This record gives sequence, structure tokens and C-alpha cells, in this order.
Amino acid sequence: MNDMPTPASIGLSREDLPNSYIGRSVPRPNVPKLVQGRATYTDDVAVPRLVHAAFLRSPHAHARIVAIDTAAAAKVPGVVRVFTGADLAKVCDPWVATLEHLKGMKSAPQYPLPLERATWQGEPVVAVVADSRAAAEDGVAALAVEWEPLAAQLDMETALDPGAVVIHPALGDNLVFTRTAEKGDVAAAFASAHKVVEATFVTGRHTGVTLEARSILADYNRAEGTLTVHHSTQAPHMMQGVFAKQLRMEEGAVRVICKDVGGSFGIKVHVYPDEVAVAAMARIMGRPVKFVADRFESFVSDIHARDHRIKGRIAVDAEGKILGFDIDDRTGIGPYSVYPRTSAIEGNQVVNLCGGPYDFANYRCTTTVVFQNKTPTCQYRAVGHPIATAVTEGLVDLAAEALGMDPIEIRRRNLIRDDAYPYTSPPGMRFEGLSHHAALAKLLEMVPVERIRADQAEQRRRGVHRGLGFASFIELTNPSPFMYGIGGARISAQDGATVRMDPDGSVVVLSGVTEQGQGTDGILRQIVAHGVGVPVERVKVITGDTQTTPYGGGTWACRGAGIGGEAALQSAIALKQQILQVAGTMLQAAPGSLDIVMGEVVERETGRARMPLGELGRIVYFRGDTLPKDLARELVQTRHFITKEYPFAFTNGIQASWVEVDVETGIVKLLEHWCVEDCGRVINPLLVDEQVRGGIVQGLGGALYEHCVYDEQGNLLTTTMADYLVPMSAEMPEMHVGHVETPTNESLLGAKGAGEAGTAGAPAALMNAINDALRPLGARVTEQPFTPARILAALGRI
Amino acid sequence: MKWPAFAYERASTLQDVWRLRAEHGEGARLVAGGQTLLATLAFRLSEPSVLVDITRIEALRGVTVQGSTLRIGALTRHAELGRDPLVARHAPLLAEAVPYIAHPAIRNRGTIGGSLAYADPAAELPACVVALDATLVLASPAGERRVAAREFFTGLLETALKPDELIAAVEVPAATPASRSAIVEVARRSGDYAMAGLAASLSLGADGRVSAPRLVYFGVGNGPVLAAGASAALEGKALDAGAIAAAQAALARDIDPPSDLHGPPEMKRHLARVLTARALSRFLPAAEAAS
Ligand SMILES: Cc1cc2nc3c(=O)[nH]c(=O)nc-3n(C[C@H](O)[C@H](O)[C@H](O)COP(=O)(O)OP(=O)(O)OC[C@H]3O[C@@H](n4cnc5c(N)ncnc54)[C@H](O)[C@@H]3O)c2cc1C
Repeated sequence: MNDMPTPASIGLSREDLPNSYIGRSVPRPNVPKLVQGRATYTDDVAVPRLVHAAFLRSPHAHARIVAIDTAAAAKVPGVVRVFTGADLAKVCDPWVATLEHLKGMKSAPQYPLPLERATWQGEPVVAVVADSRAAAEDGVAALAVEWEPLAAQLDMETALDPGAVVIHPALGDNLVFTRTAEKGDVAAAFASAHKVVEATFVTGRHTGVTLEARSILADYNRAEGTLTVHHSTQAPHMMQGVFAKQLRMEEGAVRVICKDVGGSFGIKVHVYPDEVAVAAMARIMGRPVKFVADRFESFVSDIHARDHRIKGRIAVDAEGKILGFDIDDRTGIGPYSVYPRTSAIEGNQVVNLCGGPYDFANYRCTTTVVFQNKTPTCQYRAVGHPIATAVTEGLVDLAAEALGMDPIEIRRRNLIRDDAYPYTSPPGMRFEGLSHHAALAKLLEMVPVERIRADQAEQRRRGVHRGLGFASFIELTNPSPFMYGIGGARISAQDGATVRMDPDGSVVVLSGVTEQGQGTDGILRQIVAHGVGVPVERVKVITGDTQTTPYGGGTWACRGAGIGGEAALQSAIALKQQILQVAGTMLQAAPGSLDIVMGEVVERETGRARMPLGELGRIVYFRGDTLPKDLARELVQTRHFITKEYPFAFTNGIQASWVEVDVETGIVKLLEHWCVEDCGRVINPLLVDEQVRGGIVQGLGGALYEHCVYDEQGNLLTTTMADYLVPMSAEMPEMHVGHVETPTNESLLGAKGAGEAGTAGAPAALMNAINDALRPLGARVTEQPFTPARILAALGRI
Repeated sequence: MKWPAFAYERASTLQDVWRLRAEHGEGARLVAGGQTLLATLAFRLSEPSVLVDITRIEALRGVTVQGSTLRIGALTRHAELGRDPLVARHAPLLAEAVPYIAHPAIRNRGTIGGSLAYADPAAELPACVVALDATLVLASPAGERRVAAREFFTGLLETALKPDELIAAVEVPAATPASRSAIVEVARRSGDYAMAGLAASLSLGADGRVSAPRLVYFGVGNGPVLAAGASAALEGKALDAGAIAAAQAALARDIDPPSDLHGPPEMKRHLARVLTARALSRFLPAAEAAS
């Protein structure tokens, strides 16, 4: 694991030195603060003159706002002011979420509060600002809105039919985006195939439930003309740009600060109308306004995801070689594409990723993205991956079944060879280096397949139905500007880090990537300690402040370690070289003959201690007069990093799931789960393993429990934690995580992303395991979540 | 959402309760463990003017045996119910039910009185007290009255409690050597309210014949459902596969489940049949011999 390039060539510490932190499970620095309740979440930020916002949300999926009577609300004790859409439109421009590279994509202008119509149940319509949140809610209760309910377009399947309700008449129809990728000769491949199997898959609409709900505190200072926003977000620099643009301000006049953020999962990287409304109200009132979503609001207003129906076919020859995939995906995204990433990316990812692990020639995949009157959907952890993986791996298992072939064998025959790279997939994804076969081999070392199959047969005789399922996957990480930037979005794919040494020899790193509980701070600290040569305890990490950190994209699409980590490593190495320059002068030694180990300048060859960094700091900062006049002594370095060779650093892996299905109750018991993944360089094995485990849990959640259920009028029924079932520890299986390391050559660090691998593969592995259990009973499920009702129905018991 | 504004009063005696109720009328609401009430207040579905905390009232506490009756004070917490030796001995069904109720933090606060008063149709304890043919002791300024558990639950979240009453205790006939009881349920996650559940009690004679069977289903109707047909199908029968099948068949007429987020009525019917077999199989001679 510690096979870093040689220190001589890149100036890194030697691997046997105590401050070689890359590849070690170092505890992360923020844990004591988080577990002792000393974190500062947005809701903990105390400012004078604070007022609180609450929103009246549309009780209808689709309705015209006939009249809003605010008189009674304004008189409620504690209420300071009431804002309608028209009030906010005076200071805030609407946004349209499209990307130029998604050809033909369209969406409608979205205001912080709508002017004429509400288009989903839960859309914020009127805001009340008061001395307390409770008083603001009293104010909301006193509002009188006259609605004219309109027919709602809920079903994505009928959204493009002639009789459909067109949600934005100016757009002509409900089509947001469609794209077909085609390669080879699909018709011929399917015509000549030994077997063709097909199935329809459904992935359930669900959402990312963060422990800390969406929160924002915006303060407009009239004296300075500045807007300061404390925000629970993943992308502070992006939000700085958004607030500035929508509120017609200079970007430099807006500061976004994220102290502690309690989970994100992609939910907190989007522009939410209620949050922009808060900034607009602060702008108007010239005082701080806070909004913290409660759970009801979170469920109806946080983005949802994964509302897809996918029809798929696979063609194989008699040896089990995959000849082609033919896939038709449809997704409903709510009434607006979400700004600025857009809601077409998930469908686009399905097109990019289906068939991803396999070597095959013929491919056709279409996604059709439509509007509907439900909560908007957008990017959530592992965007599109679990969908593409479920379809691909579901079809591969069906093909194996049709051929009478073992599911491991069919994968072995079709996975892209480990020596085939660089490789371009049929939809045009370029892979620098993947390790499917090594991962499969590693997985088979971990999963006792023979023992499991024997147990399965034995249990069957006793009427107990167990199943084993596999799922290979690829994961897109370290995105370049090809993801958003080329489409015109001000979403930064580069990231920067500034590393400095202070007089006492301690080191501070300021980074543009952000921390939401996953340990970004921890790996940045390790990388910088490693790069400079100091104990980790001597490194302080600062993230989440647009005014102090280098400009960057924040944390999303698994880029924190690969992009932000590389920037930190480069600046740490640069700082080390600068320190050694100064040390060489002070010690009258060639800088190249010196090294820094555990905060001490040493002789490179012998390791003999020459000078602690604190002494060097003392001279540089307080006795600079003793150094040569022309000696450069800036003990601060900044580097930025962007990937250049590949649009994305793909990773890969494979999962296995072992389950027991109670065929009388339809309850699935998760017995054991395995994942082998290849995220390139592992910086902190413990953190990577926990990312994979957490990701698996979230994947299993979507496949088994989590579901945003609507009634026929478009009302969301699952608005409490009792109705929206998140996975809980008691039901989770024992999870085993293994690694293969194929570092990317784009960076010195070689790290790719690890945060989404678990989520990408878990639903498919689980589906295949359930179907393996059900196969002798002639039943199969392809519709997530795999609820007892669906399993019992598949079994013909209800 | 935030709670509506309300006042808080702590009652030390039943007299305090009567006085506070007289003062505040319908605006007064009792709070015991708060595990249901406080959550629903945040929904702002009701807006009481004052919460009357009854948890310090000594008269509502404690578990005692009087003759062949086990008396459980209304303030007995779920966790206490689960570890009380008298409950384990005289009403093992209640002890067996406790792990199914929510999670430890909630069981440490929630009370049996609160659970029975709230009468959630998917809750365990209402079904158990009906299965055990318990009696609820209701107190009011006028004194006490006793209501059979099966008559206490009158509809969806509705009970026989009058506005001036509270639940003081539950009286359960103590188990005899012939008593058998079981609780089984299907929930998607441990601690969740059941999709369907069954609290069953019966007597098994030396001859292996069933008497006084009470199969009470929860999560399948407006409240605990005492399945008359299924119970009758067992009465006087030797417990065997045939008797169990007869009970399952009779069940079709006993329950009329609504659909809910988990699935259609047919699923609940199916689960109720499955649970019937699972509960009763425990009392088959072979199973009893094995345990
Ligand atoms: C997350 C969660 C999961 C849960 N899961 C389950 C579950 O699986 N199964 C289950 O059965 N329960 C479950 N519960 C509910 C829990 O058991 C409650 O504790 C119980 O239902 C109510 O008891 P309480 O003492 O907390 O009542 P409170 O919340 O204090 O009161 C509930 C109602 O009863 C009234 N009341 C209370 N005591 C009396 C009395 N002595 N006389 C008259 N009226 C009274 C109150 O005025 C109020 O209207 C769950 C609760 C939560 C929060």
C-alpha cells in the first residue's frame, strides 16, 4: 500500500519514516469535536439581530396562486415581515438549469418563490420572517392563499402523450432532454444472438437523508455592501457565484462559510429556492435571516433521485460472450431541472455507464428525461450508477440463467481485460486503467463461494431460501470540466490548496474542497503532514470559507481526495522545498542533502537531526535580518490541480450480497456483503473502508427501504422518518471490504474517488441475490425497493 | 415544525389532575412518557393550552400481585415491563412484547398507560391486553370504573376513556400452568410498528385441547382485532396442523385490513395467516418438547 514514488524524484519523505502518512489509518482530527458536541453547524452560528424564516409550501401538486392575503400573518406576534414571490423578484433574478453540452435540453425559469403557479406539493410559496422559528410558523398558519388547483402531470410514462398536462406551456411539451448513444450494429447483434433476454427495471424515487437538515443563515451588511452566508453546502465557491449572480451583486461581495456540515450525499450541492429566498430576504431587510429545514420540509424539498424505469435487452452468444445491450431509460425529474448541475445528468449517466464493466461491441441506450409535478430530482450519491449497474448486472444474470452458466463465469468471460487499457467503452467513456479481473479474483478470495453454495442447497431442503448475488461496477470520479464546465456552468473542476508554515513550525492548509463528515479534513492533514514532513498533529486544516481558501469546486463526484488531495500534496511538497532552501542557507548545506522528518530538518543520508522547524520559523519570522538579503523566505505555497488527460478518473469494483428471503413474509434478511473496489491510492484505509460501508448501506437503503411514495393527487405520503424508511444498523449485514490499487497517473498522489462505489453496486448485488434465492420458486423482482409486498406478489402469494 | 406554545403543569396527585383539568378544560392534555404526544405536537395537528405531566403521581406507578390478578400501574415504562419479574411470571406475553416496541430510548420513557390511551392500531400493548383479557382501571373525580380491554378500544385512535378519566392501571389475570401466549409480528425494520402482528393467548389442557383461545391481530384494522372466528375454530380442539389450518381459514372473515404504505389489504391478510401458523406452532407438542 505504501508504494509511493521514490523520494528522490518527487521530494517526498521516505516510506519508512514516521511521518509517512499516506496509506495509514490515522484518526481524523475533527472527530472529538463532533462527538463532544463542539461542532458549529449553521444552526449553531449566533449573530445579533437574527430573524427566522418559515415557508408556506404548496399543498397542491399543481395550482394557480389566485391571491395571497398576508394581513393576518403580518399581525401575528413576533412576525417581522412576509414575502411573496413578487416581493423577492424585485431583488432576485430567476435561473434556468440547462447545460449547453446536453444538446436540446430545456427547462423553465425558476424563482425563489413562484409568481403564478406552484408546480409541486411542498414548493415554497410564501415566506414569513419572525423573531423565532415558532413565531414564523404561527405566521405561516395565519396566511391565507387562494388556490386554483390544476390537473397535475405525475406519471412519467404519460408525460409526452398528446393529452399530457404541459407543465411549462412556453416550452411546448414536457421533454427536458433525450439522448441516444449508439455503437456497432445493435439490430444485427440481437438478430444473430444465441440468446436474447430482456427485463424492465424500476429504481424507486428516493432521497439522501442527512443528519443535519439543509440550513442557511444569510446576512446582508448594508454598510459594507456584502452578503455573508453561513451555509450547509458542499460547494461554497459555487454558491458564492450563485448568490452574487441571482442577487445582482459582485462575486467578491459575497462570502460563503461552511463551518461544520452534517452530511450531504449530494443533497447539498444544489440551488434550492427556499435558500435563495433567505439570501434575498437578508438582502432586502439588511439583517441576518436563518432557515433550517425540518424533516417534513426536507422530504418535500430536498432533491429526490433515481425515479427511473428502464427497459433493457442483452444479447449473448453460445459461449456467454456479450454481444450487445439495448436499453431504454425514462426518468421523471419534477417540474424544474435543478440549478446549476441540471436534472438531465442522471439519465445521461445511465447512457454513459450501462454495460460499463464489460467488453462488448454493440450498444444502444436512450434516456428520456421528462417533467412531472413532483419534487425536483437531481444528483444524489453515485448519480446514475446504481441504476446503470442494476440494469447491466440484472441483465447479465438473466443471460447467465438463460445459458445455464454460473454468474461468476459469465462475468469472467466478459469483464474488460486488465491489460486492455487505455480502453474506450461503447458510449465513449475512456478508462485509463481498471482492474476488473483482479477485483473479481480478490472477491473470490474473500467470499467462500463453495461453502455458501453448499449451505444454500442444504437450507433449501429445509425450506429456507438463500441467495448469492454479484455486481461489477465502474464509478466515475475526479471529473474534469467535461462534466459541467463545458456546459457553461460555473462549477469548478480544478481545486487549490495553500500550505504555510507558521513560526512555531506548525503547518496550516487551506483547501477549496470541503468536509461534511466524510473525513476530507483528515486526509488533507495526512497528505500535508506527509508532504512537508511533520507529525499530523502539527497540521491544521481550514476548509469551507470562500474568503480564505483557494478557489475550488468543493466536494462532489468523489473529487476531494483525487483533486483537492493532489493540490494539497503539490503545495506541501513546494513548501518543503522552500523550507529546505532556507534551511540549506542557515545550515550551510545543499538543500538536496537535507530532509524534513517529524518536524525536524535532518541530514538526508544519516537522518541526523540538524534543526527543528520551530527554530527555522523563529529565524525567518523574527530574525530575518540574519539571513542573506536575497534569500526567498516565503514559507507559504499555493498549488492548484486539474485533471488534463482524461475527462474522468474511472474506478471499478465488484460486490457480492448473501441474503435470506422469508418467502412467507417477503422480508429480506441481509446476511453478508462484500465489496472489492479500486480507488487508486488509498490514503487512509479506515476512511476508505467506512466510505465503502456507508455507501453500501445507502445503496441497500434505496434497494430495500427508502421510497418517496406519492398518492394519486401528487401528495408525498412519506414525510416522516416513520414512513420513509432509512436503513438502520440492526438490519445491516456484516460487510467485508477489500482493495485493489491502480493509481491514476494523472497525479502524483494517484488517488481516485471512493465515496460512491458502495452505493453504485449494492442495489444490483442485492437484487441478484434475492433473485438467486427466488429462482427455484419461479419468481423474480426487478422493481426497487424490493418490499415485502413486491416479493410476495412475485411469488404469487398475494 | 415547532410545537405550538403551551403551558406546562406537573401533577403530584390525582387531585392535581382533576383540578388542572377543571381549570383548563379541553385545553389540558395529559403527558406521560411523551413518546407519542410530543412528536404529534410538532405536527401541529392539535394545540393544547397546557400539558399536565402525570409522571410523578405515585398512585399510577408500580406492579403488584393481588390474588390471581397482576396489577400494572399506568406509568409503568415499556422497559420496566420488560424486566419486571412479576410481569415475566404472571403475564409473560407483555414481557415478550417489549422488544418489539420501538427502540431502547423510547422504551425507557414510553408508558403502558400512554400506549393504551393512544390506541395505535399497530401497537403491541393494546393487542396484548385484549389477548390477556385484561381489565383497564379508569379513574376520574367520581372514582374508579373497570372496563374490559376488549371493550376499551372503540375505533381508530379511539377508546372508551371519558374526558374526565385517565387510565390508572391494567389488571391482568395471572397466567396458570395451562396458559400459553405468544406475540409475533412482521416489521420491515426492528422497532418499527408492525405491518401485521398477532398477540395470542390460550389454555392448553392436559389432554392437549385448547380452551379460551384469544387471537388478537394488530396493524390490520382500526385497533386490536380479536379474531372471533379464528379463535372459535380452535376452541376445544387438539392443537395440530388441522386446527391451525382451520383457524387460518376462519380468519378471512375476522379481519378487513386497510391498505397502507407497505402494501394492499391482501398482503396483510396473507401475513395474518402466516403469523397465525407461526404463533400457534409454538404450542404444538413437538415444539414444546423441543424448547
Ligand atoms: C420512533 C418511535 C417508534 C415507536 N414504535 C412503537 C412500536 O413499535 N410499537 C408501539 O406500540 N409503540 C411505539 N411507539 C410509541 C411508544 O410506545 C409510546 O411510548 C406510547 O405509544 C405512548 O406512551 P407515552 O407514555 O409516551 O404517552 P404520551 O406520548 O405521553 O401520551 C400519548 C397519549 O396518551 C395520553 N395519555 C398518556 N397517559 C395516559 C393515561 N394514564 N391515561 C389517559 N391518557 C393518557 C396522552 O394525553 C396522549 O394523548 C413508538 C414511538 C416512537 C417515538
